[in-house]
Amino acid sequence: MIPAPFDYVAPKTLEEALKMVDRHGDEAKILAGGHSLLPLMKLRLAQPRYIIDIGRLHGMSYIREENGHIAIGALTTHAEIESSSLLRAKCPLLSETAATIGDVQVRNRGTFGGSLAHADPTADYPAAALALNVEILAASTAGTRTIAVNDFFVDMLTTALRPGEILTQVRVSPLAALTGTAYEKLHQPASGFAIVGVAARVTLGSGGKIEDVGVGVTGLGPKAFRAVGVEKALRGKKASEQIFADAAHFAAQGIEPLSDLHASADYRREMAAVYTRRALRRAFARAQGKA
Amino acid sequence: MPEANRYLGKPLKRKEDPRLIQGLAHYVDDLVLPGLHHAAILRSPYAHAQIRSIDVSKAQSAPGVVLVLTGADIRDSIGVVPCAAQIPDMKAAPRPVLAHDRVRFVGEGVAVVVAADRYAARDAIDLIEVDYQPLTPVVDPEKAIEKSSPVLYEGYKDNIAYRWQLEGGNLKAAFKNADKVIKQRMVNQRLIPVAMETRGVVAEYKPGERQLTVWSSTQIPHLLRTQLAAMLDQPEHSVRVITPEVGGGFGSKLNVYAEEALVGFLAMRLGKPVKWIETRRENFQNTIHGRDQIQDVEVAFKRDGTILGLRVHALADLGAYYQLLTPLIPTLTGLMASGCYKIPAIGVEIIGVLTNKMSTDAYRGAGRPEATYMIERVLDLVAAELKKDPADVRRKNFPKLADFPYATPTGVIYDSANYPRSLDLALKNSGYKKLRQEQVKARKQGRCVGIGLSTYVEICAMGPSSAMPAGGWESSTVRVEPSGMVNLMTGASPHGQGQETSFAQLGAEILGIEPADVNVIHGDTAIVPYGIGTFGSRGTAVGGTAAYMSLMKLRGKLATLAGFLLDVDPAKLVFSKMKIFVKSQPSKSIGFGEVVAAAYSAKKLPPGMEPGLDATSFFEPGNFTFPFGAHVCVVEIDKETGDVRLMKYVAVDDCGNVLNPLLVDGQVHGGIVQSFGQAMLEEAVYDEQGQLITGELMDYAIPRAADLPWMETDRTVTPSPVNPLGVKGVGEAGTIGATPALANAVADALSPYGVRHVDMPFKRERIWKLMQASSRRAK
Repeated sequence: MIPAPFDYVAPKTLEEALKMVDRHGDEAKILAGGHSLLPLMKLRLAQPRYIIDIGRLHGMSYIREENGHIAIGALTTHAEIESSSLLRAKCPLLSETAATIGDVQVRNRGTFGGSLAHADPTADYPAAALALNVEILAASTAGTRTIAVNDFFVDMLTTALRPGEILTQVRVSPLAALTGTAYEKLHQPASGFAIVGVAARVTLGSGGKIEDVGVGVTGLGPKAFRAVGVEKALRGKKASEQIFADAAHFAAQGIEPLSDLHASADYRREMAAVYTRRALRRAFARAQGKA
Repeated sequence: MPEANRYLGKPLKRKEDPRLIQGLAHYVDDLVLPGLHHAAILRSPYAHAQIRSIDVSKAQSAPGVVLVLTGADIRDSIGVVPCAAQIPDMKAAPRPVLAHDRVRFVGEGVAVVVAADRYAARDAIDLIEVDYQPLTPVVDPEKAIEKSSPVLYEGYKDNIAYRWQLEGGNLKAAFKNADKVIKQRMVNQRLIPVAMETRGVVAEYKPGERQLTVWSSTQIPHLLRTQLAAMLDQPEHSVRVITPEVGGGFGSKLNVYAEEALVGFLAMRLGKPVKWIETRRENFQNTIHGRDQIQDVEVAFKRDGTILGLRVHALADLGAYYQLLTPLIPTLTGLMASGCYKIPAIGVEIIGVLTNKMSTDAYRGAGRPEATYMIERVLDLVAAELKKDPADVRRKNFPKLADFPYATPTGVIYDSANYPRSLDLALKNSGYKKLRQEQVKARKQGRCVGIGLSTYVEICAMGPSSAMPAGGWESSTVRVEPSGMVNLMTGASPHGQGQETSFAQLGAEILGIEPADVNVIHGDTAIVPYGIGTFGSRGTAVGGTAAYMSLMKLRGKLATLAGFLLDVDPAKLVFSKMKIFVKSQPSKSIGFGEVVAAAYSAKKLPPGMEPGLDATSFFEPGNFTFPFGAHVCVVEIDKETGDVRLMKYVAVDDCGNVLNPLLVDGQVHGGIVQSFGQAMLEEAVYDEQGQLITGELMDYAIPRAADLPWMETDRTVTPSPVNPLGVKGVGEAGTIGATPALANAVADALSPYGVRHVDMPFKRERIWKLMQASSRRAK
């Protein structure tokens, strides 16, 4: 429970932080809330030479509306996302998802940006981020670029962030009219992470047709993904219990689910369908103004 | 018992809590001594390997490191870890403090580093190079006893530690006369105790005084002192053990551990105080585990539900080495195999098996949960087979009230009980009839609802010395100080049970003073008279009785003195509200403080009376006690996921007289939660290589508050005749009574799926697969 030796630096500005990240490259790890990194370090599974603590940077923790979208600073904690009245009103899926993470202590310390950048395959936010089509801003000494969430998760613990980049902001659109969202999670009883987590967004058009749908799935494979098969089976169709159940079967299509102590691949696959159906059903009810 | 109770039996809030809640309590790790050094231990990554060589040179020259020692360095200086249990024809399996030739489980200590700070010590253990020759690990106890299995100990022909047998009544006749016989295999899985505070040791040696002081998070300070003195070859009066606050034990600290001797040795060797604090991973790998039995059960019964005979064959996985009571624990399963039923013939065979795992030992309940689980599942299997209500089958087999004290075929004598009364109350409190009706409705709606029942008896208040490895009595010294304040020293070693409160209530009641005036001292061998410790639900029943005896002695002396001062017959005096007075004539009264002052000023004492107010007592119980109760619960299973939700829990427990109902409720609540853990979540899993893959809290699930519904507790009171307080003990009741209730509920829920029995833990996937298999069969 004692990490290997490391040097600790706490930059005061983002520019300073970016320079440090640039200089130390692979030998450095960025510390935000520390709720994924520190446990790994204490077990000596991660032994970075440098810890660049961005937790003290000012102006990176916020949730605000600008230019028609909601901007969320990378250092915003899960607790802040959970309780944000802006998000609850205009994009409740993130608040709902945040509320399922860990416990109160974890939610008070862990950060939105840190969780996304860590890309734990069983983390909760990636499912919601995918379902919501968020955009991710990455800064480096060369400037800032925008990454579409569909391109962001690359593999287990690997994202599209390049060496020298820091995730600074996430942008999400307020939900369109007649849209409902839901996150359904089968939690691993020890860690609280997702064995399967499904985030669904359903937008209804005229006559009860499904105009748009986004389904993000976490916990199943090496990285969170969009259940494209499910989305395809629903888009343009008239919403019904049956169609949700049928579509949900595509949740694990093309995925070789993880198998571990807590759930076999078969069970994960089956639960992906169950939880997808549940998430769709609840998102649909909300789109109709129920529940 | 003295007359009207002012404090005894009342729900006083715990005296311990303010300091615990405010973070003002002191645990081992809070102790900082001048010049303190820190130890870190290198542990084996192999379950089974020969140590070819160890190179410590790099570690030795690492910054801050003052000492590095291997098993070979200390083997002649420190004795092996003691085992107090003896079973006839048992193979020896002593654990060296550090392994020196062979390692036998993952996590076994191999070398130790002492450094000026904890970080330097931890860093340096990575620099030790060990050349291991891996051997085939022996992990599965059923394979371990096969002839082809590799053996853990050179020179042994197999891994069978012992065969323990017990038979009472005419088994042959029972099975011959039976209408039916059912067989069932049951696995009582291995558990990890997970005390919130891991273990920790600080030791300081003063060469001038030749005094070694060891602070350890333990349940048995005196037994530890005796054993440490022996392991370190020191005279016992040169060793002092202090237990600061202990953050949970559950039996996992009812032991003598390698590190306790090792840290003491290091402090002596270096002449500097040394601290070792166990990490959570070490705690998982290297502090005792619990349970781990595979039972094959056979029950013979009549069509009317009468049980005639029971055969139990159990494999008990002992792990690689014996800790203090390792071999003994499974035999308690045998002793309690009868449950709260009159079964004329019982045969038990237990095979203790050595495997490449951490030792099993006493974990809350210690052998009895395994018995209760087995017999309570058996009762439900019989009920299911006969299509009778499980409550009726239980009632059919209860001994009659006139049968008490009831001698079981397993050779124990149940002190007192009223099983029908606790069952009736549990059925009433739960609305059992209505629950069954609702279950029928729920099933019609396609819901999967189960109702579970358990009626249990446990063996507590350990125990008569004849049956205990190191004595079963308990001690106390009570001193009324000159100001009238009382110091009550108990040989028991409470670590969460709340006896600082309940013994203060006892003292206040007997002496007619206030609980705040009674200070309970425990856990320091230099202050407290020799005691056995706190385990086996004995703290109050045995330790409390010893306290009671000393208090009564003092009361007698105070009465004699007060009678002398008031010129009345001492027999007519009562003690209440800080006064001692004649019951029929309250004006004939003297203040408690005045009498105490007279005893110390010693100017006017009755002829022959010694000055001072000090009494010591040792209580030797004549028998164990046998608390009992009935639990009812309701579960609902999510058919799509296999997730089991506990919807309702009703407990009725009878632990005899109650000193403080809040403490009893707390014990019952905690026990039920731990039972829930075993039933639903917990399992220590070793892979085929002997790696503990549930090696941390990220993978080993323990219950959380949100997992459980409100628990409805109630009591019946059947005083125990074994001690003058009439108390039975309640520390383990919850873990003994609740697990089978939960298991029976799950089996009941799954019965429409053709499931007769399912092993714990009831993880979602396991349940889901059973339901899937059943639907496939139906198709």
